[in-house]
Amino acid sequence: MSGPVVVFVEHGAGEADRVSLETLAFARGLATGLGGVPVEALLIGGDATASGLAPTLGFHGVATAHVVDDPAIAGAYAPAAWGASLAGLASSRGAVAVLAPGSDRGAEVLAHAAARLGMPLAANVTSVTPGDPWRLTRQRWAGSLLEDATLVAPISLLSVAAHAVAVDERAGSPAAGVTSFAPQVAPADLIVRVSGHEAPARGEVSLSDAKVVVGGGRGVGSAAAFSELEELADLLGGAVGVSRVVTSNGWRPHTQQVGQTGQRIAPDLYIACGISGAIQHIVGCKAAKRILAINTDPESPIMSVADYAVIGDLHAVVPAISAEIRRRHG
Amino acid sequence: MATLPERAKVVVIGAGIVGNSMVYHLARQGWRDIVLVEKGTLPNPGGSTGHASNFIFLTDHSKEMAAFTLDSANQYRELGVYHECGGIEVARTPERMEELKRRIASSISWGVEGVRLLTPAEVKAMVPFIDETVILGGFYTPGVGVVDSLQAGTLMRQAAMDLGALTVAAGVEVTGIDTQDGRVTRVRTDAGDVEADVVVIACGIWSPRIARMAGASIPLQPAVHQMIDIGPVPRFATAKSEVDYPIVRDMDTNMYERQHGNGFEIGSYAHRAILMEADDIPSIQASALSPTMLPFTQEDFDPQLEDALELFPEIVGDESVGVKLAINGLLSLTPDGNPIIGETPEVKGLWSVAAIWIKEAPGIARTIAEWMTHGTPEIDPHGSDVARFYDHHRTRQHIEARTTEGYNKTYGIVHPMEQWASNRPIRLSPAYDRHVELGATFFEAAGWERPFWYGTNEALLGEYGDRVMPREAEWESRWWSPIINAEHLAMRDRAGLVDLSAFAIFDISGPGACAALERLCVNRVDVAPGRTVYTPLLNPAGGILADLTIMRLRHDLFRVVTGGGLGMRDRKIFADAMPADGSAQLHDVTNAFTTFGLWGPRVRDILGAASDGAADISHGGFPFLSSKAVDIDGVRTLASRISYVGELGWEIYVPIEQGLRVWDALWRAGQPHGLVPVGIGVYATTARLEKGYRAHGAELELDFDLVEAGMARPTLKDADFVGRAAYEQQRAGSPAAVLCTLTVDDPTSSSGVARYMLGREPILDLEGRRIVDAKGRGSYVTSAGSGPSVGKHLLMAYLPTQHAKAGEKLLVEYFGERYPVTVAVTGATPLFDPDNSRIRS
Amino acid sequence: MNVLVCVKRVPQTGGRIVLTADGQAIDTKFLGFTVSPHEECGVEEAVRIVEAHGGSSTVLTLGPAAAEDQLRDAMALGIDRAVLLETDGSEWDPVSTAAAIAEAVRAQEAAHGVFDLIVVGNESADSGGFQVGIRVAVALGRPVVTGLKGIELWDGRATARREAPGGGWETYELPLPAVVGVKEGINLPRYPSVPGRLRAKKKEVERIVVGAASGGPAAAAGVPVGPSMVVLRLPEEEASEAEVIGRGPDAAPAVVDLLMRIGVLDT
Repeated sequence: MSGPVVVFVEHGAGEADRVSLETLAFARGLATGLGGVPVEALLIGGDATASGLAPTLGFHGVATAHVVDDPAIAGAYAPAAWGASLAGLASSRGAVAVLAPGSDRGAEVLAHAAARLGMPLAANVTSVTPGDPWRLTRQRWAGSLLEDATLVAPISLLSVAAHAVAVDERAGSPAAGVTSFAPQVAPADLIVRVSGHEAPARGEVSLSDAKVVVGGGRGVGSAAAFSELEELADLLGGAVGVSRVVTSNGWRPHTQQVGQTGQRIAPDLYIACGISGAIQHIVGCKAAKRILAINTDPESPIMSVADYAVIGDLHAVVPAISAEIRRRHG
Repeated sequence: MATLPERAKVVVIGAGIVGNSMVYHLARQGWRDIVLVEKGTLPNPGGSTGHASNFIFLTDHSKEMAAFTLDSANQYRELGVYHECGGIEVARTPERMEELKRRIASSISWGVEGVRLLTPAEVKAMVPFIDETVILGGFYTPGVGVVDSLQAGTLMRQAAMDLGALTVAAGVEVTGIDTQDGRVTRVRTDAGDVEADVVVIACGIWSPRIARMAGASIPLQPAVHQMIDIGPVPRFATAKSEVDYPIVRDMDTNMYERQHGNGFEIGSYAHRAILMEADDIPSIQASALSPTMLPFTQEDFDPQLEDALELFPEIVGDESVGVKLAINGLLSLTPDGNPIIGETPEVKGLWSVAAIWIKEAPGIARTIAEWMTHGTPEIDPHGSDVARFYDHHRTRQHIEARTTEGYNKTYGIVHPMEQWASNRPIRLSPAYDRHVELGATFFEAAGWERPFWYGTNEALLGEYGDRVMPREAEWESRWWSPIINAEHLAMRDRAGLVDLSAFAIFDISGPGACAALERLCVNRVDVAPGRTVYTPLLNPAGGILADLTIMRLRHDLFRVVTGGGLGMRDRKIFADAMPADGSAQLHDVTNAFTTFGLWGPRVRDILGAASDGAADISHGGFPFLSSKAVDIDGVRTLASRISYVGELGWEIYVPIEQGLRVWDALWRAGQPHGLVPVGIGVYATTARLEKGYRAHGAELELDFDLVEAGMARPTLKDADFVGRAAYEQQRAGSPAAVLCTLTVDDPTSSSGVARYMLGREPILDLEGRRIVDAKGRGSYVTSAGSGPSVGKHLLMAYLPTQHAKAGEKLLVEYFGERYPVTVAVTGATPLFDPDNSRIRS
Repeated sequence: MNVLVCVKRVPQTGGRIVLTADGQAIDTKFLGFTVSPHEECGVEEAVRIVEAHGGSSTVLTLGPAAAEDQLRDAMALGIDRAVLLETDGSEWDPVSTAAAIAEAVRAQEAAHGVFDLIVVGNESADSGGFQVGIRVAVALGRPVVTGLKGIELWDGRATARREAPGGGWETYELPLPAVVGVKEGINLPRYPSVPGRLRAKKKEVERIVVGAASGGPAAAAGVPVGPSMVVLRLPEEEASEAEVIGRGPDAAPAVVDLLMRIGVLDT
C-alpha cells in the first residue's frame, strides 16, 4: 500500500476556499485511481481546529487533516515556511502525491515544496491518471491550450487548475481525523512572510467572490464612462472587471483585470460590455455560469462564448438596464 | 450569421474601401438587389483597409492614376471624411529636386491645384519638427489629405442601403463561384448560395484566391509594407485634429512620416520586398491582430529608423517617445504596378476590382460602375484593365519577379521609358539572334524583346552629324540613343527593316464575321477581300477605345492587327463582340505569325529582289491599304501595303517558324540598297510624330473623340456601330479641343543646355497659365520626340480651338522651366511629307 | 543596485491558437514573438529600479538563438546587458530551466558581482509552470516572493506588495539579495524609443550554449525532471450561439427579466 495523497488546503474565516475544495475532489479521484489510498490535508493556521473546519473536510474525502498551529509558522503567510511544511508532511507521510490548489498561494507553496523535495511539479492540472508514467493533462496559456504530459517522480506534485473539477461534498461522510503537525522549518524560511495588510476598500466586492461581474472592454471608450458599469455593478451587488486594453490605457486599475494575466473569475453572471472577446480575456471569464454580452457587433468573438446577447451600444444599453432595475425596485 | 437572399443582381465580395465604394456607385447607377458579402466583421473586416495609413497624395505621373485619385479625393470630400492637411515630398538629393520639378509639371497636366516647390526654410515653417538641413527642398500640395476610410465605407454602405439597393452579409465566407458556359451564375458561401448575374471581386489580397474559384486569374501579389506608430509626442499633446501638419514623404529614403493625433506614424517602402502567398495569409481567427497585420520584422526596419531619426530628430530622437505599434501590413502589388480592374477575360460577369489603394478606391469604383452599367467609364481605365495580361504575366515567376523589382519604385524616380530588368527575356522574335548580332538595345513590350536601336548603326552617326539631334541632358539621354534618329534618317533616305513581332493578331472567321466587325468598327470593314482597313473602335459614349488595322483576307476571314501592349484587352473586346450563335469566331494567331516592316524609298527594289517575282508589287499592282501573298525565299508571306512611318513599304506577316528565313532574305536583298535595321524608337516615335500618326494610350483615349483627334472621315458608313450616335453628335458639333502638332522653338534651358520633353508635360499660354478646354481638360503633351527629318523636337497636344491655330505661340513646362513652342499643324496634317507622296509612290 | 530580469520568448498569440500538425508546438508561421506581460513589467521594473537607485540591469533568457530579439527588445527599453542561454529551441522543463538559470546566475555573479534583485515573471505565458523563479531562489538560497504588484527598495531591503486572498493587499519584506516574481499591473511598461532601439541593435549579447535538450545540469545531477510534454491540444470549444434578447436600450426590460430568472437580482 502506497502512501497518501497530501493536499494543501487554503482556508480563511473558518472555511476552506473553493479552489481547495475542488482540489480535494480532484484528490479523491486520484486516490481512488491509486487503489484507494487516503487523502490527507495540510491546514496551516490554528483557527482550522478552533473553527471546527478540519473535521468537516471529511465530507470532501479527507481522512486526516494535519494542522500546523505553531504561530511562528501559522501566524502569517510565509511562502517558504509553508512550502517547507508541505514538503515535510509529504516526506513524513510517505505521500505518493502532493496537491495544491492552482491559486496564487497554492502554486507558490507547492513550488517551494517541490524545490525542497527536489521533485518536478506540474501546474494547473485538469486530469491525471497514475501509472508508470503518470499521465496528466495540464493547462497552458491560462487554459486556452491543453498539454498532455507524463510525469515520472517518486512523489507527484500537482497544482490543480481552478474550476477544472467541481466541489464534491458528500454529507454523512466520516469526519476527518485531526492531528497537529509540527514541521521542521529553518529560520531562513521564515524571513519572507506577510508583514502588513491593507484591507480592501469599504464596500468593495472582490472580483473573485462576486456573484455578478460587469465587465468593460475597449468599447467603454474612456475612464469616465466606467461610471455606467459601476452603477450597474452596485445595483447587482457585483464587481467591475475589465479587459487588458482597459488597464493598458490606464482607465482602471490592474486589480480589476480579468484574463490570462489578471484574475480568473467564476461568477453566476458575467456581463461583458463592449468586450470583443480576445482569447486572453475569455480564459479569465469562461468559468462564469452565464455570460451576457452587450456589443454593437453581432459577429464579435464574445458572441460565441456568450449565452445571451444584447446588440447595441453599451452606453445606451447599460444605463437603460440600471434604470429598469431602479424602476422595478422603486 | 447574416441571412443571404437566394438571388441577387450583383454580389460584391469584400467590404473594404473598394467593396463599399462599389456598392455605393452601383446603387447610384441604379443597380438594385446588390449583396455585399464579407467574411470578417464590420466596419473593419481585417483587410488592408483596416491598417491603411489613409493619406492621399494627389500627384502621379500617370494620367489614369491621377484621375482616379483626384476623383477619389473629391468623393471623400463630399462624404465629409476628408481632412485636408497638405503634403510635402522632400528631396535629399539634386536628382530628387529635379524629380520634384517633374512632379510639378505632372500636377499641372492633371489639374492638381496649388502645387509649388518649397525651400528647406519654407518646409521648416510648415513642419517645424523637421531638420531642414537634411533636405534640399520640397514639393508642396495643399490638397493632400487624410481620409477615414472605415467611416467612408460605412457611409457608402449606408447610402446604398438608404436607396433600398443593398443587403450586407458580414461574417459570411465565400466558398465557391459557379459558372456556366463561361458566365458567372452563383456565389457559394458558408451561409448559403446566392444566384447572381454579376460578381465583383473586391477582396484585396485575397482576390486571386476568390478569382480562382471561378477559373479566372488576378495576377496580384500580397506584399508587406512596414509601418510603426510612435508616441505620445510632446509637441502633439495639444493636437487639434488627427493631423495638423502636412504629411511628409521622404522620397529618397522611400518613407513617409505623419502626425497621427498625439503620435507619429512612419511608413516605409525601402526595405526588401517581402512577398506573401495568398494562401499563406492567416485566417481572421488565427491572426494576432488581423490577417493583414503581420508580425513586424525589426531587422528590415532598422535602417529606416536611422533615416527617420535624421529627418525628424526632435520627435524620433525623443527618448520619451515610444514605438507603440509596429506592423508588417499587407498590401497588393501587381506585375506592372497598376490596379487590376474590369471584367475578367475568362468569365463573363465576373469583375475584378483589386490592387487598389485608399487614394484610388472611390474613383475606380465609380469607373467600374459606369463601365458595368453603360460601358462608358468617364476615366479611361485601359492601363488597369484586368484583360491586359498575357499568360506569361500570370505566372508566379513573373509576378514575383516584377513585384519584387517594382516595390522599391514606389517612391522611386522612374523614367518614363524605364525598362524592367527581371524575368527577361520572355518572348523572342525568330530574328532575335540577328538583333543581338546587330547590337540591338532591347525594350520590352508585351513580353517581347523589341530592338529599340541597333549598335551597328552607330556608323550612321557620322553620316548624319547634328541631324541626329544629339542630347546633352542626362535625363533625356537615358533610355535613348542618337542612333534612333540616325536610323530614322537612313530609313527615309534608303530603307529600313523593322521587327514588329509584338503585334497581337486575331483572325475573325465565319459567315457572321463581317457583320460582327462592322458592328464594332467605325470604318467600313465590308470591303473587297485583299483590302486593309484602318479603323478606330469607340465606346458607346463615342470615346476612343482602340485603333487598329483589319485585313479582309477572304469574304469570311478577317485578320485584326493591333498593338501588343493592349493586345489581350483588344482580344477581349473582339471576343465579346462575337455573335452568340457562333456564326463568327475569334482565333488568336499572335503566336503563329511574326511581322517585319520594310519601309523606305528603296524597298520596292528590295522586296522585288527578295521575292520570286510572282507577285506584282508595283504601285498599281499592289496599292496602298491592300494585302496579298508574296513568296520570299520559298516562304509564303502575307504582305500588307501600309505604313506607320510615312514611307513606301509593307508589313510582312510570316509564319513564325519561318521568320528567320524571311528576315535573312530581306536583309540580303537589302544590302545593295543600303537597308538598315531600324528599331522601335523610329517606328513608335520619330517617324510617327513627323507623320502625325496617333497612338493609342497617348493621343487616343476614351476622353477624346474622333473629331477632336482629327480622325473623323468625311463620310459615315451606313451600318450601325458602337458609339455611332455619340459620334454623329460629335461630328455635328464643334470640338472643344483639336489635336495639334507643335514644334519646340528653342530647347535651350536657362543654364544653356538643350532640353527635350518626353511627353505628358503641361502646355501653358504665354502668360504661363494652364490651358483648359471647355470640357475642363487641361492641355498636355500627349507624345514627344525628335523629328530628325524636320529638324525640330515635336510634340502633340490637344488644344482648345482658340489656341489650335498654326503659328500659335505657347509654352511648355519642363523641369521647372518654360520653353517656347509653336503650333505647326492642326488636325491630322503631317508635318513631314504632308501630301503623303512617299507612301503612295 | 544590480538587477537581473529573466524573460522567456513566447509566440504572440491573439486569435485562435493553431497547432503544428504533430501537436508538438504552436504554429508560429504567422505569429510574432514576445515575452509574457508579467515579464514586460519585470523588465520595466528593472529599468526603473536602476533609474532610481543606479547600478546596472541585465536581461537573461533561456531559449533559441532567435530569443536574441527579446533580449534586444529589453535592451531597447533600457536594460544594460543581455545573456542568452542558447538552446536548440526544444522545450525545457521547469526543473532543468531553473537549474540552468541558477548556474548562469552564479557564473554571472562571479564575473560581474551579485545581483541584488532577480526579477522573474510570475509565470511564463506559454507553459505556465509557476515555479522557475522559486526554484532558482531556493537553489541560490535567497528569499523569494511571487505575485508582486509593487516593490520598494530601501536600505538593502525590499518591501513587496501583492493582492491578498479575498481582497486588499498584503506586504512582505525581504533582505537583499532576493528573487521576486512580478505580475502585470506592477507598472505600466514604457514603449521602446527609437534611439533605444538603435542602441539595442548595436549592443552585445553574451551567448552561452547550454545544450540541445531539456535535462541539462539538472538531469546530470540525477534530479527527476519534468513534466514531459507528449502532445498539445486545443480545449473542446463549447460552441454556443448567444441568444439575442434584444437590441439597444429597448432590451433593458428583457435583461432585467433575465437577471431575475437566473437569480442574480431579487424579484
